[in-house]
Amino acid sequence: MTLTIRDLQVAYDDVPAVRGVSLTVPDGQVLAVLGPSGCGKSTLLRGVAGLEQASGEVAWDGEDVSRLPTHRRGFALMFQDGQLFDHLTVARNVGYALRLRRRGGAGRGGRADERRRVEELLALVGLEGYADRLPRTLSGGERQRVALARSLAHEPRLLLLDEPLSALDAGLRRRLALELRQILADSGSTAVMVTHDHEEAFTVADRLAVMRDGLLVQEGPIDEVWRAPVDAETALFLGYARVLRGSAATAVLEAAEATDRATDPATDRAADGTAAVAVRRSALRVEDTGALTGRVRSLRSTPEQQRLEVEVAGVGVVDAVASLDRRTAPGEDVALAVDVTRLAVLRER
Amino acid sequence: MTSYGGSGARRLAGLAALAVVPTAVLGVFFVLPVTGMVSRGFVTDGALDLGGVLEVLGRPRTRRVLWFTVWSSAVATTIAVLLGLPAAYATHRLRWPGRRVVRACLLVPFVLPTVVVGVAFRQLLGEAGPLGFLGLDGTARAIIAGLVFFNVAVVVRGVGAAWESLDARPGEAAAALGASPAQVFRTVTWPQLRPAVVSSASVVFLFCATAFGVVLTLGGLRYASVETEIYLLTVQRLDLQAAAALSVVQLLAVTALLLLAARLRAVPDATVTRRAPTPRRPRRADTVPLVLTVLVLAFVALPVLALVTGSLRPDDSWSLEAYRALSGRGSAPGQGGTALLVPVTEALVTSLRTAVDATWMALLLGGLLALLLTRRSRSRTERRVRSVLDGLFMLPLGVSAVTLGFGFLITLDEPPLDLRDSPLLIPLAQALVALPLVVRTLVPVLSGVDDRLRQAAASLGAGPVRALVTVDLPVVWKPLLAAGGFAFAVSLGEFGATSFLARPDDPTLPVVIFRLIGRPGPLNDEMAMAASVVLAGTTALVMLLVERLRVPSVGAL
Repeated sequence: MTLTIRDLQVAYDDVPAVRGVSLTVPDGQVLAVLGPSGCGKSTLLRGVAGLEQASGEVAWDGEDVSRLPTHRRGFALMFQDGQLFDHLTVARNVGYALRLRRRGGAGRGGRADERRRVEELLALVGLEGYADRLPRTLSGGERQRVALARSLAHEPRLLLLDEPLSALDAGLRRRLALELRQILADSGSTAVMVTHDHEEAFTVADRLAVMRDGLLVQEGPIDEVWRAPVDAETALFLGYARVLRGSAATAVLEAAEATDRATDPATDRAADGTAAVAVRRSALRVEDTGALTGRVRSLRSTPEQQRLEVEVAGVGVVDAVASLDRRTAPGEDVALAVDVTRLAVLRER
Repeated sequence: MTSYGGSGARRLAGLAALAVVPTAVLGVFFVLPVTGMVSRGFVTDGALDLGGVLEVLGRPRTRRVLWFTVWSSAVATTIAVLLGLPAAYATHRLRWPGRRVVRACLLVPFVLPTVVVGVAFRQLLGEAGPLGFLGLDGTARAIIAGLVFFNVAVVVRGVGAAWESLDARPGEAAAALGASPAQVFRTVTWPQLRPAVVSSASVVFLFCATAFGVVLTLGGLRYASVETEIYLLTVQRLDLQAAAALSVVQLLAVTALLLLAARLRAVPDATVTRRAPTPRRPRRADTVPLVLTVLVLAFVALPVLALVTGSLRPDDSWSLEAYRALSGRGSAPGQGGTALLVPVTEALVTSLRTAVDATWMALLLGGLLALLLTRRSRSRTERRVRSVLDGLFMLPLGVSAVTLGFGFLITLDEPPLDLRDSPLLIPLAQALVALPLVVRTLVPVLSGVDDRLRQAAASLGAGPVRALVTVDLPVVWKPLLAAGGFAFAVSLGEFGATSFLARPDDPTLPVVIFRLIGRPGPLNDEMAMAASVVLAGTTALVMLLVERLRVPSVGAL
């Protein structure tokens, strides 16, 4: 029950959009494909669904499906804006795939079964009682839930999600991401989700693939990718605030060892001076015992902590945080401790 | 014109000021002639005579004419839709070399003057014609073929434009849920397409039911539709009462049909999302529509080819004799007799001059009306005024051009409106015929302009006129040009009203063509064909230029 993609290529009018991507998604896992807009991630998804002419192989459980038309692949695709059928009610949208099967003679059970399944699905996405509404009357979030229920209805062997939440506003997106995770887990779905939002990817997925310029640059379990991004660009895209190089990197790594004592394998490579270090915003913290010192350039408060920009001798301007009870002001000197779990050493050539 | 922040009364006054010119023109040159014509039939010796009208409607011949009109139109509509759908798909959804050319070729028949179509089919199906062996000449089937010939274009155009911009993603969503291509079409595409198909079909039916030139040239005396019957009754039998009765029946039926079409169109279309067209390469499953498109193309090309070869082969050998003869006046039995009073070339010049006048009139009226109809209504009265105006100016579509022409003749002949000798009379009649097409081209474009843009311009200090120039003009100049071209083509080919109004010594080209085919004489038929080729070539050229402007709403009613 594994999805295997081998050397998939898609071109639009001879301009390559996906340039040879190979991937594996194990049964029951959710893979997030993350990348900036225009990197080819949606095209990859459409290639897997069979909506674009692609070369390479898409296989399910070893069976090559790349010659099959979309409707025979058994993969359901959920669009960014849902693409609900506006002329059908919510229930008829959700039951669409079930009705196709009943007419095709492959269906089990009749109308009653169909109705029960639709109700079940609406309950799953938290939309009980919406059966007779028309899509036009729904809010953005509700529409996406209906689209999800519709995609799940015929128990597709693979669910493809094309930026399922990006049309929604921030608060709703966070909440629905959590629900999506739960729904996918409950239904035991294998899924590929495309997104440009790393928070969303972390919330929903088990595995992470990062794409850039039509190429797959990194793939693996989500925490591994997050802890060891493959290069500076990936690190920045995954939410690291800055990438330090050369002596700045060395200085931060030395301070990290001084602060942290615990030897992290990542810091072993610090000495050769060629490494780059990606630091999160919270990797440096104002603490009296800190090994680095710098002068505060600016600060602003958030509900949880203060965020500072500090100029550190030999390192340059870096971000740092301080707890709210610490009084600092621009122009003051502060000591900074380095949290080794919040930085990543990059193997750059 | 809208002035933001104006009081309700002032807005209504503005509305009235804008409406006054078109309404006056319509009143004098449409309502007056039509009512004049109709009342001639209903009033005998100064008293209302409804019994006479009922008697006319009860005549067996009238019933036969009505029935023929209905069934021939229904059959022609059905065939035109069935042929037009695959062609619309192949030329608008698929990308293949030559598709633009094929698309333009399929659209040419629609602007061909009806008389030309009639002449072409006579040549194709006549005893000596390439398809003469089918024995279709003078049959109802020939008439239906003629009707289908030029209404396929309406379907290809109307449905194609809708299909082209249809969002492909709902279909992809359905496919991703397991729907086969046929199921996708049935459950997703068709519901989205249905409004366009219904509205195209109703327009085609309307055109078929009011067709004049085709039926007159192909039907002869055996087959008459309501429109040709009105003509025959007024011109040959001078039975005005019967003609008026038929006119009223036609007016009512067409109005009902227009209302129905508007209803069918208005409701479901609003939810369909439109996208920039993205045609794709054909797949193996697309073979069937592609083959059908080629067949439709052949069907459209055959009569045209027959016409062109016929004009080039007088006396069974290739020559340009017929074209050279266009500078003359044709021949008639008897020594030195001529079929026409003026050379054909002079008629062409008259046609072009008339068309120029008709075009500016149609654009002026249509432009004012479109502006009027697309401004956002602020009150219920305002909305009601607008919808009444909208309906009123669609009426010329439904009134027989023959009725209009004859009405002109009998009502505009005494002071203060003695216009029978005015050179502007024919252009005016033609402008009224073209008016609905102009309005329907401009209205979708203007109503597509977000009103907030005008508000933004106003809030930045632009007066109503300035806002119009900044916001509307850049959007509307191309459609305006296209509508102008369209009106020009319609005017060039207009035959129904013109046939009444044109004086024998100053006829337009379609009138001359009709006269030529009615007169026996050596070379007259060939001259008619040559003149048809010239006329068809001119209109086709105009329409190709219009097509280059790529305005989607042209010809979509």
